This record gives sequence, structure tokens and C-alpha cells, in this order.
Amino acid sequence: MKSFAHLTREHAAWLARRRRRDAVFVVAAALATSIGLLVLAALVIDVIHDGAGRLSWAFLTSFPSRRPAQAGILSALVGSCWLLVLTALIAFPIGVATAVYLEEYDTTETWFRRLIEVNIANLAGVPSIIYGLLGLGIFVRVLEPITGGRSVLAGALTMALLVMPIVIIAAREALKAVPDGLRQAGYALGATRWQVVSRIVLPSAVSGILTGTILALARAVGETAPLVTMGALTYVAFLPELSLEGLRAPFTVLPIQIFNWISRPQPEFHQNAAAGTIVLLALLLAMNALAIVLRLRLQRQRES
Amino acid sequence: MNSTPSAGAPAATPHDVGIAAFAIRDLTVRYGNTVALDHVSADLPERRVTALIGPSGCGKSTFLRCLNRMNDHIRGVRITGSVRLYGEDIYGPEVSPILLRRRVGMVFQKSNPFPKTIFENVAFGPRMHGVSDPVRLREIVEHSLHQAALWDEVADRLDTSALALSGGQQQRLCIARALAVEPEVLLMDEPASALDPIATAKIEELIHELKERYTVVIVTHNMQQAARVSDYTAYFFLGRLIEFDATDRLFTTPSRQETEDYITGRFG
Repeated sequence: MKSFAHLTREHAAWLARRRRRDAVFVVAAALATSIGLLVLAALVIDVIHDGAGRLSWAFLTSFPSRRPAQAGILSALVGSCWLLVLTALIAFPIGVATAVYLEEYDTTETWFRRLIEVNIANLAGVPSIIYGLLGLGIFVRVLEPITGGRSVLAGALTMALLVMPIVIIAAREALKAVPDGLRQAGYALGATRWQVVSRIVLPSAVSGILTGTILALARAVGETAPLVTMGALTYVAFLPELSLEGLRAPFTVLPIQIFNWISRPQPEFHQNAAAGTIVLLALLLAMNALAIVLRLRLQRQRES
Repeated sequence: MNSTPSAGAPAATPHDVGIAAFAIRDLTVRYGNTVALDHVSADLPERRVTALIGPSGCGKSTFLRCLNRMNDHIRGVRITGSVRLYGEDIYGPEVSPILLRRRVGMVFQKSNPFPKTIFENVAFGPRMHGVSDPVRLREIVEHSLHQAALWDEVADRLDTSALALSGGQQQRLCIARALAVEPEVLLMDEPASALDPIATAKIEELIHELKERYTVVIVTHNMQQAARVSDYTAYFFLGRLIEFDATDRLFTTPSRQETEDYITGRFG
């Protein structure tokens, strides 16, 4: 029998080589991770350095202005929130219903199901500016009597189309993760399909569905291209009314406001753009945090 | 597609069955081109425990799931022949699987409580069938938990999550949940195969009590268990019902060679 000391001596060179390889890989992986973090940190620090001085309550509550020192992001912030809520209201029910249909109802390989699946996969890969063209063609022009043209409603419909594939895919994953034994138990108790879906499957999948939806909406908040294409305004000096009529009012959103400021020659406006970026980043981080909190809380509820 | 002619001898139904809850004739199940059950005929006696035994893939689970039409959910399944519950064809056009499953409950191999409270698990079935009165629900839940021999262990924590129970308790909860819709028949698909010996003993004891009120059909891989809990035993092999007889007769003096080979452990 050989002792450990003996084995170590015998394989010294070989062991050292293996340890070296191990170390090299650890360093490579750490470097790869830090590249992402460093870039993000550089961006955040740069933006804060440029824009933090402009951040103030007045900045958040003022309308845009030709004088950079008086300009604020009120209409863009409110516009973003409007768009967010409307997009969620449109995309969530349709997306979840689609996922439920695909996962719980049409489980046979029909041509209809395959058509929908191919479409969703394709839609998820379509560049966002194409959605803008679609929105311009359908929601702004054809449906103008309903949407009122370049309105927040037309923008939300466009954004809803944009995030729908992500919502559907997230919801399908969440539904797939529900153990089949729960469905079987429901059916074996004489529950109808709708009872099984609404009382067993959806409650079990809700945290996953919500998380996916919030992340999808976070993407919508940062989108600019489709809204530029469909012609959201860059200068809005009023807030939409909180009414059905308000849905048909023109609007702007944070990314468009930032884009507008950054493209001006005066450096003061660039400061405004940086400050607006901080607000946008804060909004995005808040949404992601909400997604995480929701998921954790629902998980805990289910376990306890 | 032509139906295959009956292979092997017609299934022997024990002559002393008494009243049959289920009368099954020429039941054939195909998944695509595979024949899972081949012209099975049997009478399952009322208020007795019938055990279904046989090696993996012999069709015993398929047979069990035909009795509450759980196979309907499987894609590409074709079922022919007849299954009558007290004379009524359960595959008949006027029978809905939803109502059938009120009369024929089921317990699965892997305990599958809902991620809800103990109370809500048991109340689920009655709620689905329209019971909403809280007093009545409470009665049903208590009664069902008593019947499943779980009441004493959970009476003081009905509002805690069912997932916090032990494996054996979860399985008895699933039994209580199945009993809560007041079925006449209870189907059990290897209900104790994932449990330790103590929990298994409790389930077997429970089965003994349940047969006073329910017709029980149980699939088991464990022949000792079949011998312990059942009054009748059916031996399946390759989709055919080879022998069906009173348990003590089947285990002591099987009339067919295949049965003897299986129960003496020569294969399977």
C-alpha cells in the first residue's frame, strides 16, 4: 500500500500541471465575468458623474424647455409609466392566454399549434424597428379613428406586440414547470380542464409568469426605435388626461427624451440627457428588483 | 386497422365474485401501434380489494386508468371493448369523465398534494363539484381525514401547507382528498411504492378499513403486499389478463404456469 506522501512525490510534476490549468481557468472565468461588470460600472459612473448634478425634484417635475437649466423630464417619465401600464394590460392577458392555450389545451400536434409556435419564435427575433413600422401602418394610420393617431394607445399596442413573444415564452416555461402530477390529481377528482388550469396550474405558475412579464416590460421601457418610427413626439409640454381621451393624446417617453437631448449641440443638454439616463436606469433596476422580490415571496408562500 | 383476435385463453373471472362493481369485456387499448391491453375481460367485485400484479409494462396501470378514463388524456390512445360500472358503460356517449371520476377516485404512485393548505387539498374536490357552504366543507374535510387515518396527526394544523407533511402523510392526504368527493371505487396506482415500511404498513392497514365502504383496485409491484391487502388478484402479462382469482388461491394454487413462474420469482 502506498502512503499519500509517497503518491504526492511520485506525481508531483503532474499534479502541479493540473493545478496550474485549474488556476488558469479560474482567472479566465473571473476575467470574463468582470468585463461585463466593468463596462456596466463604467457606464453608470460616467452617467452619474455627468448627470447627478442636474438631478433634482424640479428636474423630475418640469416639462422640457429650450433652456436646458429649466428643462425636466416630467412628461417623459409620465409617458413611460403610461406606456408601461397600458402595455402590461394588453400584453399580459393575451400572452398568458396564448401560453395557456398552447400548454394546456392544444397539446396535440395540430397545424394550428405549429403555425402559432413558428410565428412566436419568429416574432421574438424580429428587430424592434419593424414593430415600429407595423405600429405606424396599423395602429397610427389604419386604426386612427380608435387610437387617435400617434397616441400613447398606439404606442402601447406596438410595445405590447413587441413584448408579447417574450411574455408567451416566459409563461409557457412557467406552465411547463408545473408538475404533471398536479394536473392528473385535479382530473382524477373530476375537475374540468378549466378548473384544473385556473385553480391548480395558474396559481402554481403565477410567480414565473409575473417574473417573465416584468422582465419583458423592462425591455419595453428601454425601447426607442419602434416609438421613433411610429412618431412619438420629442417635445411634450403637457400630461395626458387620466381618461379614455387621454389614451389618444400624443406622448413621449424617457429614451426618446434622452435621445432628443443628446442630439443637441449645447453641453448643458447633454447633462440633462445623463440625468434622464439615471432616472431610466433607476426605473429599470426597480422593475428587476420587483421581479426578484415577487418571485422570492411567492416561492416562500408555496413552501411554508 | 383490424383488431387482433383474442390471444390466449379468455380471462378467468372467479365464480364467487358476488356483486361486480366493474364488468369489463374485451377491453383493448392501443397506443399508436403498440397493444397495451389485449382483450381483457374481468368482473371486479364490489367492496373488495382487487390487486393487479405483473411485471413492468404488462398493462396493469393502463387497465387501472381505463376504469376512470384517465387514459383519455393520452395522445394517440385507442380504446375498444366495454367497461361497465354497475351496468352502465362508462365509455358511453352520455357519460362524462367528470362525473365518472366523482364515482371512481384515484390515488397515484407519487403523492401529489396541491401546493395549498391541508384543508384546501381535501376541500378541492367538493368545491369543484359545487359545495361552497363552509360548515359542510369543514364536515367533509374532517370526515375524509378521519377515514384516511390522518385526522389525529393534522387536526391542529389544517391551515398549514400540505407540502410540509411527511411522504406517508402526504399519501394519506391524497387518499383523503380522493375520498372527499364520496366515490364508490378507489383506484390506487402503487400507492406505497415510494414510502418507507412504516408508512407502507399504515397505508395497507387503511386499505383494509376502506374496503368496508369502497371497492378498491390497487396496482402493486410488491407481491407480498398483494397477498396481504387483497381479496382478489389479477395477474397481467404482456397486455393480457393471465389469471384472476381469489388471492389465497392464486398465490397457493395458481392454475396457470405463467402465474406460478411469476409469483415464485422465476422471472419478472
